Amino acid sequence: MSQEIRSEISSICQVKLPVGETLNIKRNRLTPLGKAGDCKRRIGIVTGIHGDELEGQYVCYEVVRRIRERPECLVGTVDVYPAMNPMGIDSVTRGIPGFDLDMNRIFPGSRDGAMTEYVAHKIIEDLAGADLIVDIHASNIYLTEIPQIRINELHKDTLVPLARHMNVDFVWVHASSTVLESTLAYSLNSTGTPTLVVEAGVGMRITKGYCQQLADGLMNTMRALGIWQGEALSVREPIVADRADSVVFFNAPAAGIFVPEAGHWTMLEKGDKVGDIVNPLTGEILSEITTPEKGILFTIREYPVVDEGSLVGRLLKR
Amino acid sequence: MKKKIIYELNALYREPMQVMGYVFGEGEKSVCVVGSMRGNEVQQMFSCSCLIRRLKKLEERQELAAGKSILVIPCINSYSMNIGKRFWSTDNTDINRMFPGYQEGETTQRIAAGVFDAVKDYSIGIQFASNYMSGRFLPHIRMMRTGFEDIEAAKNFAFPYVMVRDTRPFDTTTLNYNWQIWETKAYSVYTTDTEEIDRQSAADAVKGIEKMLNAAGILNSRVSGGYHYYSQVLCDGSLLSVRCREAGIYENKVYVGEEVHEGQLLAEITDPYEGTVLEQLTAPADATVFFQHKAPLIYADTTALKLV
Repeated sequence: MSQEIRSEISSICQVKLPVGETLNIKRNRLTPLGKAGDCKRRIGIVTGIHGDELEGQYVCYEVVRRIRERPECLVGTVDVYPAMNPMGIDSVTRGIPGFDLDMNRIFPGSRDGAMTEYVAHKIIEDLAGADLIVDIHASNIYLTEIPQIRINELHKDTLVPLARHMNVDFVWVHASSTVLESTLAYSLNSTGTPTLVVEAGVGMRITKGYCQQLADGLMNTMRALGIWQGEALSVREPIVADRADSVVFFNAPAAGIFVPEAGHWTMLEKGDKVGDIVNPLTGEILSEITTPEKGILFTIREYPVVDEGSLVGRLLKR
Repeated sequence: MKKKIIYELNALYREPMQVMGYVFGEGEKSVCVVGSMRGNEVQQMFSCSCLIRRLKKLEERQELAAGKSILVIPCINSYSMNIGKRFWSTDNTDINRMFPGYQEGETTQRIAAGVFDAVKDYSIGIQFASNYMSGRFLPHIRMMRTGFEDIEAAKNFAFPYVMVRDTRPFDTTTLNYNWQIWETKAYSVYTTDTEEIDRQSAADAVKGIEKMLNAAGILNSRVSGGYHYYSQVLCDGSLLSVRCREAGIYENKVYVGEEVHEGQLLAEITDPYEGTVLEQLTAPADATVFFQHKAPLIYADTTALKLV
């Protein structure tokens, strides 16, 4: 017999806007009723910090749908935050509209700071103390990413074991950078709330296969944390890259139109072509981009127009 | 004066973007002044153009110290200025979050690297800067506490205030911070505005820079007018923030620089539909208005004014 769950939608932060509207950041807290509710473990699923990254929308929908479908399996708390930057999502704006600010560069925020800092402070206040936060990003409108988790090397001992449950293809442990100290993940990880950053897909789109893959990963992770008692899912073992020289970046040597040749997440041999940069006006190939060594192409340019220096791909050396 | 291309970026359909530098004098790299880095920093570019005109005159009058050179870069991001966008035209990144840059990196990292290579060896670095908070400021010199800051020398601008603040994580990729790390004495000059031209404020800033360069032995000129303050040094805690609880139509009742007394009405927020007063912001103490919000609409929980 299926037990009931409580689905409590509330606003974790409210700010009055100038003309007849209030900004609300919404959370759906899913908890079991009855005995199962004795489990105090909590996961937070966060997305929409960048308003142009939408893959997490489908992931949130899918996780909530699965929990509602099998309520008897829920034994902990699942907090779902689908829109941390609701005005950005509504207006197809990456940053916070009206401020031209990257929301993921203002954490941990401040109770007494500007409105944006106050919002950041309230978000941290609500997320802190969870057993795990998963912050889902979708690259940007320029690049497509294979489902991956990015981890600051300072927190790898705690986070890599958690990331292995997430059904991603790749875990990238990157060097610490001062500028990243103002991200949500850094703020939470450095104050004792484990936080995984997922990058998957591309901005302004839903890639259903990747979203299902991440939803499977989240259910599996919740199972590992003792929040979910559904059947064990078969999840992939990610490649873990934790050396600074394990990734090759391809930057456009010339401005033009990038036409991809290599498939995403394919193994390339040294000298294989990644793509061409062409000039539509003259009919010339301006630059042919090839791999300097063998590896898997885990990032590929989606938006064709490139400046000198624009990133067109990343290769994981094998 | 010599003009030179500091950095050039080719594009597919636009003319190449050329970052232009204006060099005065010859010899030791003494001072570099940088204007706008963002597409909305019109006042910053305008102030640089006033400085270039003034330095041309001083060079003609041979009032530049011998054996010293001055570089002025009025605009680093003409592409964004020409399309009315604040950040980089293609990917919306901020050049002033890319220093010291990376020659092999992404576009704005390359621009930052190219510019930094040209400006990093100067003894003094001055940037006409803008704040992320949109509004009017009392002119001031701002510096970050990095261990390399020279507060006494900053007083030579004779501006009313020198503001010294702690470094935050995102500061580490700004031009000012990297200048200091490379042992250039770096100063950010804030005039009153960003998106609109304030001639008087630009003229005062140019005179402040001229006074500073005279004190540093880089110019031998006579400066008349401009600020004559013995600068007051402010730190993070020196300013009183006046925040609003309500959102709506915003109207200032005082001016930047005005001395106000405790309890004085500073600004009013009214209901956008009915015109009723929702909130009156008053001075918490006798003070001078240092910053004020300028836009006609305001969000709740916003710092509308800062007082010193």
